[in-house]
Amino acid sequence: MIRIVPKEEFCIGCRLCEIHCIVEHSKSKNIVKAYKKENRPIKRVEVEEEGHVSFALQCRHCEEAPCITACLSGAMQRDAESGAVINDPERCVGCWTCILVCPYGAVRRDEAERKVVGKCDLCPDLETPACVANCPNEALVIVED
Amino acid sequence: MKSYILPEFLIDRDDYRCIRCEVCVRQCAFDAHWYDEEDDEVRVDEDKCAGCLRCVTFCPTNALIVRRNPNQIPENANWTNEVLHNIYKQAETGGVLLTGMGCDKDYPIYWDRIVLDASQVTNPSIDPLREPMELRTYLGAKPDALEIGRKKGKSSVLTKISPQLRLETPIMFSALSYGAISYNVCESLARAASEFGTYYNTGEGGLHRDLYQYGDHTICQVASGRFGVHADYLEAAAALEIKIGQGAKPGIGGHLPGEKVSAEISHTRMIPEGTDALSPAPHHDIYSIEDLAQLIYALKEATHWEKPVSVKIAAVHNSAAIASGMVRAGADIIALDGIRGGTGAAPTMIRDNVGIPIELALASVDTRLREEGIRNRASIVVAGGIRSAADVVKAVALGADAVYIGTAALVALGCHVCQKCYTGKCNWGIATQDPYLTKRLNPEIGTRRLVNLLTGWSHEIMEILGGMGINAIESLRGNRLRLRGVGLSEEELRILGIRHAGA
Repeated sequence: MIRIVPKEEFCIGCRLCEIHCIVEHSKSKNIVKAYKKENRPIKRVEVEEEGHVSFALQCRHCEEAPCITACLSGAMQRDAESGAVINDPERCVGCWTCILVCPYGAVRRDEAERKVVGKCDLCPDLETPACVANCPNEALVIVED
Repeated sequence: MKSYILPEFLIDRDDYRCIRCEVCVRQCAFDAHWYDEEDDEVRVDEDKCAGCLRCVTFCPTNALIVRRNPNQIPENANWTNEVLHNIYKQAETGGVLLTGMGCDKDYPIYWDRIVLDASQVTNPSIDPLREPMELRTYLGAKPDALEIGRKKGKSSVLTKISPQLRLETPIMFSALSYGAISYNVCESLARAASEFGTYYNTGEGGLHRDLYQYGDHTICQVASGRFGVHADYLEAAAALEIKIGQGAKPGIGGHLPGEKVSAEISHTRMIPEGTDALSPAPHHDIYSIEDLAQLIYALKEATHWEKPVSVKIAAVHNSAAIASGMVRAGADIIALDGIRGGTGAAPTMIRDNVGIPIELALASVDTRLREEGIRNRASIVVAGGIRSAADVVKAVALGADAVYIGTAALVALGCHVCQKCYTGKCNWGIATQDPYLTKRLNPEIGTRRLVNLLTGWSHEIMEILGGMGINAIESLRGNRLRLRGVGLSEEELRILGIRHAGA
């Protein structure tokens, strides 16, 4: 499977990864519309920043994912084909247990539609995930396992 | 004191497009943008805008337009806005006007008044896509004559050839010192030069220990401050360059402020952390051509006569006579830096008023060395205002062996020539040591962009040569018959050694 690896030394903290993540997961996928007219989805990648040190963090798609084990409803599952850890919003009951157990803080509450969790899904509709494709300094790179 | 200075730029924000993502706020080191949480608006402080267009380039919705402030002081041909603003600035501060990059004044750019020849009917042109085309260039002293020996039917060259630099294209990267530019820029230049088969120049800032691995493609400078000069530094280099002067500021020294002298720079330059790095105006051991010869031979001796030694001067009125002295003093390469040569910081009055255009200096130096029969004893490298492949070809035809590009290389890395290098806040991560800003230049990307530039220019040079029916850059060198002037006076044509178009 593919993994997104952040390069801390080149992350410039511009947060364009967050912006393009939001757009990619929006209904219209149009940046102005997604931000101004629609119920804006949550960002599934977050730039952690202190001083000049910054990097973008999203779900690591752990091999032994605590969120999958902890999920009460079976919404959090590993996609057999891509190997990514995916949350099924139809089955998610919004109990937030996955949020509690995630060691990276990479799962977030998404209350745009109904109360579910949102997390990185590696952009299944795109060849390259939006955060990687739009990083202006190649501080997010794809590594294949 | 109330400032009379008007903002140079205005920032227009299209509210329909602005999504309040604050990318502009985070990208501007000058703090020209700020987010007003109370009103959910991004506001601007236009006095601080440098016009570098970082925000415009990074805005994901193209919501920004940075434009020159149309509110200009009623100017006239004599009292221009720039002159008036300079006076206001000095009346408010009492300081010397500082600037960065090369001279931006309207002196004639002779490259744009010179046109190239092409083959038609009577001599065939060459298609570089089908036939071999040679751009390889060797820099260094060439012998007066070659003695060929024959032994048992095999011939060999008996003359001892001086050390040479081998370039795969007649383009090198100018001296840009670590301190004036960031480590990531140095690494990009070093890796690009190594990958393409050319050279970059350390400038006077020494060589960072992590860049010794690119030594085979490094020209190490020995300047008046002698920063970072030690035995290993000289050994690491492919060639050495004694810097006498710089086109942007002939006759004056340099000053790297203490704030920029970080632990790494202090280590590389061999000066205490946080102290100002002052390069004296002259070399205090060079007051004559004979003194210069002593340093040249000292450097040659120190490096076992294995490396060519270059001497770099700013192009000034007497360049031709000085260059002749430099060759006689033992310089293997003469580097000439014209009035449009760049810098990280220089007094505006010096940058804009001292020195001569490189085209004229090149022509007069090449002519003088030929007249004296010593042109073969040194290669000529020109710098200061080389902007394109066509400029390179014209420089070679005027007599240069190769060119140095500085500003063009930085532009390839993202520089937008806003001329605010001296502030140390370069938003493009080039002329800064702020770790928050230097990260903005990823050397992987930098190397790729520089190699692409060299590749593109080299292809263009081959196209132009092919059109002239020439298959090796050597055959064009000093061939001024392939040049013609357009709209130049007789005196200019005489100095350039070219004929007018139509003649």
